Amino acid sequence: MLLATEAVTHAAGQAGISEQAWLIPLLPALSYVIILLFGKKMPKGGSESGIIAVGLSFGLAVLVAFDWVKNHAVVDQHWVWWHNGDFKITIGQHVDGLAAMMFVVVTFVSLMVHIYSTGYMHGDVRFTHFFASLSLFTAAMLFMVLADNLLQLMIGWELVGLCSFKLIGHWFEEKNNSSAALKAFFTTRTGDVGLMLGIIVAFFAAHGTFNIATINKMALEHEIGHGLLLAIATLLFLGVMGKSAQFPLHIWLPDAMAGPTPVSALIHAATMVVAGVYLVARVYGVFWEGFSIEAGGLNWMALIAGITMIIAAALAFVQDDIKRVLAYSTVSQLGYMVAALSVGAWTAGVFHLFTHAFFKALLFLGSGSVIHAVHSNNMSEMGGLKKYMPTTFTTFIIGTLALAGIFPLAGFWSKDEILLGASEGGYPFILTLGLIGAFMTACYMGRCVFLTFFGEYRGHGHPHESPRSMTVPLILLAIPSLLIGLINAPGILKFTHWVAFEPGVEHFHLEHHDFNPTLAGISLAVAIGGLVVSAMVYYWQNVPAGLRGATDRGALRSVKTLLIEKYYLDRLFVDGLVGFIKGPLARATYWTNQKIIDGIVNAVGIGTKIVGRFTYDILDQKGVDGIVNGIGVSASETGGVLRLVQSGRVQQYALMLFAAVGLLGLALIFFT
Amino acid sequence: MPLTQFMLLSAFLFCTGVYGVLARRNGVLVLMSIELMLNAVNINLVAFSAQLNDAAGQVFALFVIAIAAAEVGVGLAIVLLIYRNRVAVNLDEIDLMKG
Repeated sequence: MLLATEAVTHAAGQAGISEQAWLIPLLPALSYVIILLFGKKMPKGGSESGIIAVGLSFGLAVLVAFDWVKNHAVVDQHWVWWHNGDFKITIGQHVDGLAAMMFVVVTFVSLMVHIYSTGYMHGDVRFTHFFASLSLFTAAMLFMVLADNLLQLMIGWELVGLCSFKLIGHWFEEKNNSSAALKAFFTTRTGDVGLMLGIIVAFFAAHGTFNIATINKMALEHEIGHGLLLAIATLLFLGVMGKSAQFPLHIWLPDAMAGPTPVSALIHAATMVVAGVYLVARVYGVFWEGFSIEAGGLNWMALIAGITMIIAAALAFVQDDIKRVLAYSTVSQLGYMVAALSVGAWTAGVFHLFTHAFFKALLFLGSGSVIHAVHSNNMSEMGGLKKYMPTTFTTFIIGTLALAGIFPLAGFWSKDEILLGASEGGYPFILTLGLIGAFMTACYMGRCVFLTFFGEYRGHGHPHESPRSMTVPLILLAIPSLLIGLINAPGILKFTHWVAFEPGVEHFHLEHHDFNPTLAGISLAVAIGGLVVSAMVYYWQNVPAGLRGATDRGALRSVKTLLIEKYYLDRLFVDGLVGFIKGPLARATYWTNQKIIDGIVNAVGIGTKIVGRFTYDILDQKGVDGIVNGIGVSASETGGVLRLVQSGRVQQYALMLFAAVGLLGLALIFFT
Repeated sequence: MPLTQFMLLSAFLFCTGVYGVLARRNGVLVLMSIELMLNAVNINLVAFSAQLNDAAGQVFALFVIAIAAAEVGVGLAIVLLIYRNRVAVNLDEIDLMKG
């Protein structure tokens, strides 16, 4: 094993600033080290280091993105990290449209979160550590995005998981928070087992390479068998289910609300959860062939994504905690992204990731602003905040409308593309669920807004608008939430050209479907319908008498209970799975340990002793020693006999010589 | 001349030599007996050489004479040194190599 710095470049055309893309993750990583070492001595507790580093990264990311738009040159470089014989482990950068887009999104949202946190976390006990972790979190995600091989991607992936664990458990003094951090970590780790196995299988299937571009190419050119691809895709998707909170491993995400709100924004918008979606988009060749996406109908990934969309949206209705509403909304939206990828609408899925990052970060930071004002997460203690917090209200409304998919905000365009992709790709199941999900999304977001900002204030104290360090990021996030969707509007359609899946395979071409006014009209009508229904219930309170209190009666009541209990999934996992492990399994293990393993150990011990005794007594003492002594004694005896011959008299020797010669002479005469 | 007479003479000399080597106690006499044996062999070699009209035997005899001279030189030197150390050349008494 030795270090080597051997750079391999395959840059098509001239690539300028993009070759320096490795600086983008490096700067926050450096900031992490600086904050850890000197943070407490800095005038602003290390926050300035994080903001400067992420700000520089954002600047660089924008330059890289412009470079990509202008030159369209893929940067594909790697350096040998270490090699062992012919086997090389490399570390590299693969900068294309997807990576450039992710750089911009991650650095922008992270920058907003950094600035916002200086206000939100002001006076926190571990202020410096918080910023150190934020920097590392950003660096890890950017490192993952930069990866040109699966191994590097997994390193970034795991680092992201670690940082989210640290940040969710930031206020670990409370048992609930540290449990939530552990839950997030263990649940994602469960999926990561699949990821790891998938990467190993992919490595051997691709004849010993981790390179993503090569694996994609081999998958699409059918150099890897379909069965193997299905196995790889299924295993990798297990990792995605954990990380991107797909049913049934979504349970950690709502609990992750235990962390500080800026962290929730970062986790939900830019880093942690979109890592899974990014993985699918990056290794799309494997998923495309493995799940036979082209065939249409239904596949494993689409099924999971469809279930996730609906069940998470349903759960958002019964939450009182404003952050939990948003958390389930994220789970549902992640379902949309994965669904888009599962029906072959690659650009739509990535575009939704892109737009969702802005408005979901906006919503989370907005909810953080509200929580900061009323000192409670519960919507039952809010209400009427419209007049106290005008900036937060306006930006939150923009985020809500964008998420609900109202024309012409960001979410409208991306959600419409997903529905169109499902329709054109031959997935009516996903189309139906997507429309139902769109209705539910508008409905629960309407509920959230009406409960929080309208009506009378139900909490304690006097709510006030948040400081400027918190409202400025809200405004900066509201602008892209309003407008960013337009870059893929009909007539412009730039995003499709900028960010595309181009594996460089001859016969392979992903179809992109342009705007469809009919479908867009339907989805818009559905979204407005959702908002109106929620307004009827929560704003006008104009529910027909027959339906009033319907959720507390009959069948609907059990549905409500089911939702409040989160489909009993936590019960299933905690009582069923963990309880099973803790109780009977632990006892069984103890019994096995005492009776079987100890028995085996004891038997082995006794057996060894018997064998040892036998060896000592019979083999060693009698056998080996006997032979050794025998050889000695026989040598000594033989010597004693031969000694007599050695009289020292020359003439006796001569006599023997002549006698021998005489005997040989006689033998010569008689036997020839 | 018939070959047998040379061979008889050679055998007589050789047997005399063997007797001298085995029976005499004096080291010098043992050496002389060895000379007798060597010369018995020389007679044989020369006789056969003449009989078969082949010079190789005579050349061999010359080699034996040369080697014998060297051997007597070494042997007499050893005997002389033994005499100096022990004031005797009786082989019975020289048994340092007794095992």
